[in-house]
Amino acid sequence: MPTLPFELAEWQTKIEGYARGFGLDFPEIRYEMLDYRVMNEIASYDGFPVRYPHWRFGMEYNRMSKSYAYGLHRIYEMVINTDPCYAYLLASNQLVDQKLVMAHVCGHGDFFKNNLWFAHTNRKMLDEVANHAARMRMHIERYGLERVESFLDACLSLDNLIDVHAAGIRRRPVPVDKPDEPPTVRKMPSKTYMDVFINPPQFLAEQQRQLDAAAQQHKQVPEEPERDVLLFLLEHAPLENWQHDVLDIVREEAYYFAPQGQTKIMNEGWASFIHSHLMTEHILEPTEVIDYAQHHSGTVANHPGHVNPYKLGLELLRHIEDRWNRGAFGPEYEACDTYEARRQWDKRLGLGRQKVFEVRRIYNDVGFIDEYLTEDFVREQGLFTYEYNASTRQYEIATRDFEAIKRRLLFQLTNFGRPIVDVVEGNHENRGELYLVHRHDGVDLDLAYADDTLRNLFTLWSRPVHVETAVQGQGRVLLSCGPHGNTRQKLN
Amino acid sequence: MTLPIEQDVSRFRQIVRGAIRQNLRKYISKGELIGRQGKDVVSIPVPQIELPSFRFGEPRGGVGQGEGEPGTPIGQPQPGQGDGAAGDEPGDHLLEAEVTLEELAELLGEELELPRIQPKGKRNLESQVLRYQGLRRVGPAGLRYFKRTYREALKRQLAYGTYNWDRPTIIPVHDDMRYRSWKTTVRPENNAVVIYMMDVSGSMTERKKELVRLTTFWIDTWLRAHYPHLDFRYVVHDAAAHEVDAQTFYHLQENGGTCISSAYELCQQIISADYPVNDWNLYAFHFSDGENSGSEDDQRCLRLLHETLLPAVNLFGYGQVQSAGSDLFMNRLEEVKDEKMVRAQINTDDDIYSAIKSFLGKGL
Repeated sequence: MPTLPFELAEWQTKIEGYARGFGLDFPEIRYEMLDYRVMNEIASYDGFPVRYPHWRFGMEYNRMSKSYAYGLHRIYEMVINTDPCYAYLLASNQLVDQKLVMAHVCGHGDFFKNNLWFAHTNRKMLDEVANHAARMRMHIERYGLERVESFLDACLSLDNLIDVHAAGIRRRPVPVDKPDEPPTVRKMPSKTYMDVFINPPQFLAEQQRQLDAAAQQHKQVPEEPERDVLLFLLEHAPLENWQHDVLDIVREEAYYFAPQGQTKIMNEGWASFIHSHLMTEHILEPTEVIDYAQHHSGTVANHPGHVNPYKLGLELLRHIEDRWNRGAFGPEYEACDTYEARRQWDKRLGLGRQKVFEVRRIYNDVGFIDEYLTEDFVREQGLFTYEYNASTRQYEIATRDFEAIKRRLLFQLTNFGRPIVDVVEGNHENRGELYLVHRHDGVDLDLAYADDTLRNLFTLWSRPVHVETAVQGQGRVLLSCGPHGNTRQKLN
Repeated sequence: MTLPIEQDVSRFRQIVRGAIRQNLRKYISKGELIGRQGKDVVSIPVPQIELPSFRFGEPRGGVGQGEGEPGTPIGQPQPGQGDGAAGDEPGDHLLEAEVTLEELAELLGEELELPRIQPKGKRNLESQVLRYQGLRRVGPAGLRYFKRTYREALKRQLAYGTYNWDRPTIIPVHDDMRYRSWKTTVRPENNAVVIYMMDVSGSMTERKKELVRLTTFWIDTWLRAHYPHLDFRYVVHDAAAHEVDAQTFYHLQENGGTCISSAYELCQQIISADYPVNDWNLYAFHFSDGENSGSEDDQRCLRLLHETLLPAVNLFGYGQVQSAGSDLFMNRLEEVKDEKMVRAQINTDDDIYSAIKSFLGKGL
């Protein structure tokens, strides 16, 4: 791949200088100039130059190429969370775009390095992903494309069943070294001739039975409900070696990409926050202002049907900076109940900059919205919730009520807007069947999809699998899948 | 340059077409992008496959941003955002921007399991490519090679001792001048020509011609995929034959009787005039409703076929469209025992499928 042209290399040094001056701390950034085809390819591969072969990358590429060909969409920039940080520039972009992208990339690099939710990610993922590709190709060669791909599809259909918080929490008790002997009832000390009376055999037998039952209980797998379903499958499902490896690859990549899903709003918001600062304060030349303004407004444009993470993140960060500059926080401020007074509030603390850096370090999207989305902000930004209206057959604005909007946003963000499903039993009814529970919180599963997912799970587990969920109006329902297909039954 | 992802793309396309992994078919959704081509709004199909996973069903909805009171419609939410699933039918003002011709030919080949055509004969010397390589001492000023001229002048001045180290000026003389020179290389290619003949007598109705048009479209598509430069010639005939252009060929309506041999004669003349048999892959197709003027003319046709046409062409296809009657030209052609001779009966749209398969199924 071509190296950066001289002019851009010079700008890179300058822009990184401004960025470090602003207080950013990012790893070395390596840019690659790509034409649109390679750009689309790498974007389809989620930013990596080499991935294992799979049709879904082709599907993405197909969509992106068509959308590029019709001028609907182009990828300006891409950056991956590695050290050194790799970023890609579209060769056909104008200079001002490239500068904008570089400033934006500095923001992402800083975010990847400093945000807590990325702390556990593998910064050598470029190599790791290429290794995955090599391993996958080897399996395909040995076991056939059809077989490996089908299994891979089954794994991918479960790849949201991971525990995104696992990196920060120790879920499993630390194993304590216990002697392996089976527990026995301790006898009371007694003389031989008194033994039958002091330790009656029936009583001993009863005690022993209770101990055994407790030990049996202890042997239940898993001891506690396990949210990392993929890990559970890796440890307990009867998989062949290659299958084990494929599942491991899927799981590892799912964990690597999870923080990016968890911090979409913050990450893009932060990068936009950075680029708008750097561009307007240092980089822009007078002739470039119009182009810059156009492209910036393009990235933060509103589309009525969804929240633009660039826009929401950027505005919320600015809102925080402004509030902390004015000292508009704390119990006194919270108690203030007129909008006008809150707006005029100014203690001239100037803590804004410090605060946004703190926010970018410790929050993910859920925390960020939960903590900082205020009623005033929602009103100023004109947020709303929408619902599908079956009678008019279109989506309509439902409400502008603050609480409802916040709840809705948090719901969309919690666990990526995916249902939470735990493994509860690996040996259900002592028949080696897998028992999952969907933690139902008011919204039903898509039952048809759940059935098909179960079928995929069944291919991995090879014994019947169940998921317990609830359906509105029907109460608890058990979906099962076994060798004879899917069944549903009501639970009491 | 082929990108590694092309493999994934073709795998994906195969799945969408249903060639492989049938079990994924139920997850294919007909996604679309709305684009513009000039004034038209076009729908660009982007099929998507979503693997099943545990996800929420109804209700659909999400959070948005912008103007409006509760109850204001907001148009289509972006698919994939929030849990709002888009999926209502698009408006009916959309045109489909469909597959390219190459893709179509590929589809056709897969669907009908057509063999690839093996071009016959030696490769014809066809296109010439200019390459600048090497130097000359004479040439046009536009091709002057400054660097080499300078070097020659420098060498000469050093050799003669006229080089002034304090004032290093290099002045080329006539003998120092160097010019780029070129070479022409020729690229061998296979040439092919398709000669379409059609009966335009009174009995050939619009409907029959439509069937011919549809059939020829598919033949064109397939042959174009195999020959980069394809010539087309069109012959119409009633009682007499004329060569016409494509537009006329498909739209002409005459009222005369039918004399098929006239067309075969003209076809034979075209071949001997313009297409030396050794250098060209020749394809001839004749469409008629089979009502020839008499058995005498039939005999003349058979003789022409045997003696001149069949030895010359790669393939001779005869398509008989919507014929009534019993004693037809098709039956006469049964006497021809030559693998280059292919007959097909085209009565309805469905027959086009089998006609194409029999025309092109031999890979000639």
